[in-house]
Amino acid sequence: MKYGSAAVLTGFLAAALACSQPPATTPAPVKAADSVAAASSPGGIYRTAEEGGRIDNSTTAFPSTYKPLPSHSVVIRGATVMTAAGPSLKGASVLLQDGKVAAVGMSITVPPGAEVVDATGKWVTPGIIDTHSHLGVYAAPGGQSLDDGNEATSPNTSDVWAEHSVWPQDPQFGLALAGGVTTIEILPGSANLFGGRGVVVRNIAATTVQAMKYPNAPYALKMACGENPKRVYGSRGRAPSTRMGNMAGYREAWIKATEYKRRWDKWREDGSDPAKMPDRDLGMETLMGVLDGQIRIQNHCYRADEMAEMIAMSKEFGYHIASFHHAVEAYKIRDLLKREGICASMWSDWWGFKLEAYDGIRQNIALVAEDGGCAILHTDDPDGIQRMNQDAAKSLEAGLEAGIQLTEDDAIKWITINPARALGLENEVGSLEPGKRADVVLWSADPFSVYAHAERVYLDGALVYDRSDPSRQPVSDFMLGQQGATR
Amino acid sequence: MKILTMALACGMTAALTLPLAGQTVAITGGRVLTGTGTTLDNATIVVRDGRIAAVGTGVTVPAGATVFDARGKVVTPGLINSYTTIGVVEIEAVNETSDAASSNDRITAAFDVVYGLNPVSTLIPIERDGGVTSAVVAPGARASIIGGKGALIHLSGSRADSMIDRAPVAMFGVLDESAAERTGGARGTAVLRLRELLEDVRDYAANPAAYENRDRRDLSLSRLDLEAMVPVVQGKLPLVLVVERAPDILNALALAREFKLHLVIAGAAEGWMVGDALAAAKVPVIMNPLTDIPGYDNLAATLQNAARLRKAGVVIAFATFDAHNARNLRFLAGNAVANGLPYDAAIEAITAAPARIWGADANIGAVAVGREANLVIWSGDPLELMTRAERVFIHGQDMPPDNRQRQLLARYRTLSDSLPPQYRH
Repeated sequence: MKYGSAAVLTGFLAAALACSQPPATTPAPVKAADSVAAASSPGGIYRTAEEGGRIDNSTTAFPSTYKPLPSHSVVIRGATVMTAAGPSLKGASVLLQDGKVAAVGMSITVPPGAEVVDATGKWVTPGIIDTHSHLGVYAAPGGQSLDDGNEATSPNTSDVWAEHSVWPQDPQFGLALAGGVTTIEILPGSANLFGGRGVVVRNIAATTVQAMKYPNAPYALKMACGENPKRVYGSRGRAPSTRMGNMAGYREAWIKATEYKRRWDKWREDGSDPAKMPDRDLGMETLMGVLDGQIRIQNHCYRADEMAEMIAMSKEFGYHIASFHHAVEAYKIRDLLKREGICASMWSDWWGFKLEAYDGIRQNIALVAEDGGCAILHTDDPDGIQRMNQDAAKSLEAGLEAGIQLTEDDAIKWITINPARALGLENEVGSLEPGKRADVVLWSADPFSVYAHAERVYLDGALVYDRSDPSRQPVSDFMLGQQGATR
Repeated sequence: MKILTMALACGMTAALTLPLAGQTVAITGGRVLTGTGTTLDNATIVVRDGRIAAVGTGVTVPAGATVFDARGKVVTPGLINSYTTIGVVEIEAVNETSDAASSNDRITAAFDVVYGLNPVSTLIPIERDGGVTSAVVAPGARASIIGGKGALIHLSGSRADSMIDRAPVAMFGVLDESAAERTGGARGTAVLRLRELLEDVRDYAANPAAYENRDRRDLSLSRLDLEAMVPVVQGKLPLVLVVERAPDILNALALAREFKLHLVIAGAAEGWMVGDALAAAKVPVIMNPLTDIPGYDNLAATLQNAARLRKAGVVIAFATFDAHNARNLRFLAGNAVANGLPYDAAIEAITAAPARIWGADANIGAVAVGREANLVIWSGDPLELMTRAERVFIHGQDMPPDNRQRQLLARYRTLSDSLPPQYRH
């Protein structure tokens, strides 16, 4: 499906163009858990968080119904534990209890009744997190029926939500799980300047999207720079057809959003009289959520000069970019990104599939990391998401070859805690520290080896994947009865 | 271009580039994986005039040889990527830089990638970085189910003709879902079209004079395409068909039997389901062992494909089916090992096996006396992610590591300088 014909050889390209991205870091706004608490406010729309910040009104819609699977206490013993929060511990143990990481250390007392997993000679890492995926919105087996990732009918579709396209039966979720991926940000594609709202999911087999939805995770707004929007719309003889057209399109929308927000702010100041509530506008609600610091900008942007322009524009309108995605030229402005507290979500070695990707180098991630920036390895790819550990290894190797002083303990952060930061979830996932969700991967070998397999994957302390036990391997409804179901 | 044309006129041509006469190189003390299943520890390889003159544990280093110390390292043949667009695509989405396919329906089989080969493509030294020294450059099938003639090239050479190992190396086409779409929307139309095409070529080959005299029924190919296909129906030029689904593979095997074609299957995501038939027909498979995402054309795709095909007795070779990351070929082999393929078989699938499949095993694909000195010195296990290719030799020449990406790295290695980065070159 990926080869041969012209279509074959452009498959890679098409995939790359399909996407956009997102992570963001930083100004750690309201803790995710807090941002959704609260009762409904006048009109059922706006609520006020205890911190005094306004909550994205849409957080009450389509709430998560995710429930962790049943679990029991587990001690994984004798492993090399890469915590993503400090140096690896050799011969250490991890205690998973009540869905949380209860302890990590050299000597852990096994609680009564706990299962002990002998992991001597094996490795343990946090569950892997991808900031940029289209699983579910470009579901396998593909085709027009499942082509739900780009609402390419208008350059500004900030009113659409990726979660409304996600097909929970996409067999690719299971493939990603076998690669140790536990948390995924699913974004709309990059055809549009504003592609729509992205959603963070737990990688759990489920029958509804809401049952996958990460509880209280901040939403994303996907924006896209450069070649994709101007090509998609320029080829139809409409704006944007140029990069300057792209910029005009963003700014026009932010000007309107600023005015929209002013009206709502005024209404609130005037006492939130339900009778005088301004009209709702779905797209504007999402943009206003960004201006309010509740929705995180995940910005597909390849070139250094364009990233700088997007940063300048974010200052013009007063919002923060959580992460640039596909930032193949991040290394050229890594000082700027660090100063601005913006993460860079990058590939290990994709390059050259279009001009704005021509300057991709294998050291991109290592250079951003070396200078203390928020370096993230993302995939935007259903193949890559199955082997994010391998891509991290390639990036580490490239850095070492260039004399950049990094270790595996640095590189594990590119696929765990740093993406968690970009999603605003660094207090809940991304590292093995007491109190965090017990998203844990047990590897057969050093995960930076090509021969390593994820043997077991725990999600909130529950065993959701076991390589040696078919009864702990989810099979999507679609694959049931197909020859490939048994693989 | 004149020299190129002459070279092509000669048909299956060997590389024209020769290393400096009399140059002798010795690679000493390495662990040599020969590509044909043998491992020699602490071995020495002697290269003379660009070819391997000796290999073994008791080999003496000739006086005056340039010596490369490979103790603690691994040496392999240069890797062969069996399906790429290296040299004919610079930037995929920039049409001006892409010469990988014809959209002219009168130039399909006759389309030849060599006229678009760009020896100074920035990709060439970049892909070499992954130890890839040879690649099949395959045309895409755009205007027809037949895409045209591909070439086997060395990733070195200052002119297109000096890069070529074999051209044409094979005829390329498709018999997958895209072939159905191209011919009338059903698999049955694709098979019929391929049959019609082969019958017409047979007719043309048997009656060239009658054709010239317009004494034949209408044939469904242009004169150029008919001519280009003659060696295919004569069984002299391999026909590579991209096929994924198991029943489609059987269709291709039946046509190959009927028309006595020298068939190679590419893709074969469901190949494992018909491994016995492939093995019995002695049809080799060019594959990406990481293909595991189910599509309508390959619902049974699995990471076990390579191991199962090998076990069934099918000769397999790996390919990235791309251009820009053709350098990652070795990681495909590593992942295949992780999914059950024996290690030596994985090495073979990127060295000796493709050399045999492409009829170039007198020349490349093994560390053996008489072969081209296309060699790689690795810092460790070549299939591992944390291993790097430390030195790459083509025709016995130590290839310079410089490439555009290294220059970008050097330019931006530090950001603080009195002059803008554009002055650093």
